[in-house]
Amino acid sequence: MTPPPDLGWAGVLVALVGGAIRVSTPYLFVSLGETLTERSGRVNLGLEGTLVLGAMSAYGVAYLSGSPWLGVLVAGLAGALLGLLHASVCNLPRVNDIAVGIALFLLGTGLAFYLGKPFIEPRAPRLPSLALGAWSGSPQVRAALEVNALFLAGAVLAPLLWWALRGTRWGLILRTAGDNADAARALGHSVGLTRVLATMAGGFLAGVGGSFLSLYYPGTWNEGLSSGQGLMAIALVIFARWNPLACFGVSLLFGAATALGPALQSVGITAYYDLLNAAPYGLTLALLIWSSSTRHALVGAPGELTISK
Amino acid sequence: MALRAWAETAALTSAALLVTLVVFGGLVAARGLDPVAVYATLYVGAFGTWFSLEDTLTQAAPLMLTALATAIPARAGLLVIGGEGALVVGGVATVLAGVLLAGAPPAVAIGLMCGAGALAGGLWIAAAGALRHWRGVNETISTLLLNYIAVAVLNWLVSSPIRDFDQVLKAASWPVGEAFMLGDIPGTGIHWGLAFGVAACLVAWGLLRATTFGFAVDILGGNLRAAQMVGLPVGRLVLATCFLGGAAAGLAGALEVAAVHGFASASLVVGYGYAGILAAFLARQHPLGCIAVAVLLGGISASGGLLQRRFGLPDAATLVLQGILFVAVLATHTLHGRLRAGRAA
Repeated sequence: MTPPPDLGWAGVLVALVGGAIRVSTPYLFVSLGETLTERSGRVNLGLEGTLVLGAMSAYGVAYLSGSPWLGVLVAGLAGALLGLLHASVCNLPRVNDIAVGIALFLLGTGLAFYLGKPFIEPRAPRLPSLALGAWSGSPQVRAALEVNALFLAGAVLAPLLWWALRGTRWGLILRTAGDNADAARALGHSVGLTRVLATMAGGFLAGVGGSFLSLYYPGTWNEGLSSGQGLMAIALVIFARWNPLACFGVSLLFGAATALGPALQSVGITAYYDLLNAAPYGLTLALLIWSSSTRHALVGAPGELTISK
Repeated sequence: MALRAWAETAALTSAALLVTLVVFGGLVAARGLDPVAVYATLYVGAFGTWFSLEDTLTQAAPLMLTALATAIPARAGLLVIGGEGALVVGGVATVLAGVLLAGAPPAVAIGLMCGAGALAGGLWIAAAGALRHWRGVNETISTLLLNYIAVAVLNWLVSSPIRDFDQVLKAASWPVGEAFMLGDIPGTGIHWGLAFGVAACLVAWGLLRATTFGFAVDILGGNLRAAQMVGLPVGRLVLATCFLGGAAAGLAGALEVAAVHGFASASLVVGYGYAGILAAFLARQHPLGCIAVAVLLGGISASGGLLQRRFGLPDAATLVLQGILFVAVLATHTLHGRLRAGRAA
């Protein structure tokens, strides 16, 4: 993965592009899922647990069945189940969605570690990837453009969700539940059911994002697999202003930021490696401070969201 | 009235505990184990022997303090989830104070170190309070982000600027020195952190219950408009509750350094902050409740080792048990006040 000295700073750039493509996939899926959930008016802070449980169940199922795609599907279903639990508990009046999210963060991680112990040793089949860099003579470029099928699926899904939220009946119902629950009720739609479905869909996507971690990159299952991508998605969605298309761009940006430290390390710059890891959070906080106001909610934020009030 | 509220809380909490025991029992039975035997062992591992009780109380100490980080601002209507970050900056400040004070009388130095930790944690969360009041930045999000920034700053500091290069196995900060370590409570294997934790919860309870400050905070928490109408200094109350909550978590970090590790490192980041959020919700943001909940959660964690040795259960079993308990208790929050209303009608 380290670029050889002959590429030098160009190598850093290649590593950044490659890193952005490789690292961004879990961000992309988790943030698309969280966008769906938040646009329905609810925050699910438990997607970190969903991600880890998704990673474990994908790995376990792929190992036992020999099919990585079956693993992806089961990871999504496990995520949807956690989403169902979150949404049903939050549908009860006076239950705090932030607290339930943190509880599910703990429960999802705990369940993954509890059930995943037997899968730490064996090797599961990996997801396939496409060699989009086959034209290049440089092994670095080829490695950077080795694109996984899930990344492409996410790249298609982002504009699709953007269109679905904007231009379909379902999207309108979802947005109404998220912007003004009373209006949605007045139109005869069940806000609770809408949020259950949106949270389940969000959990499904986050679970699929987790399967990428265990079945492609890093491509193994262990208890230190996720480095907080699920929680970072919360920041990412704010950064993307609850817009699926922007989620795609911001996921690439966060992925590149994650890859920046190792890339700089390879050309001998190591001093601020750990601080660079905080860059996405610092940027999001700066954006929040800049765009918040005591007079109105955040631009683009769903009106029913507890965290935008 | 107060008695009824207590009875209601006790009934709902027992119901949640029962549901938890049944669900987790099912999980355990699915592995072919006898749930009753597992629970008996869990009790022994948590409270059954003096040794396990010591372990339980040691684990409970930081949880009491990180629970206050959420519980105190919650009384003013804020949802702060930054205990983890405040604990980390508190630990770092304690190390810096300890190194600066080298040679000072230990009693003075330890006092100042804990003060520095509390101050740093307090300012960390107060910054989120200030952003909330003057910029309208949501405190839940900002404190979540600040957690990550604190951990990154810690990792950076221990990777070179304050690194102890004599420690080769892991990146750790300079040590505060044996002389500045807070020992155990005499006659026990429990460090003094427990006393700090219980004292902090008692002080917080007294402050919120019996002072005009606490009364003002309750009005603010109940209704922001009303607080503004009667001319309460809303900004100062927001800052003060955030500072006090952050100071409690910062003190937890100080104690982890001065009573457990002797230095700052990634071992400060073990999730006490996040567990504290749930402890606060389980205690329904009541400072005295935080003590009881912290002991319960500490006990569950402490029993993990014994469950693993006796039944071969993965150590994550205690995480699963806590997770189920949290979901169950949060779900009962919907019934609070209803049982009472039903009886009064």
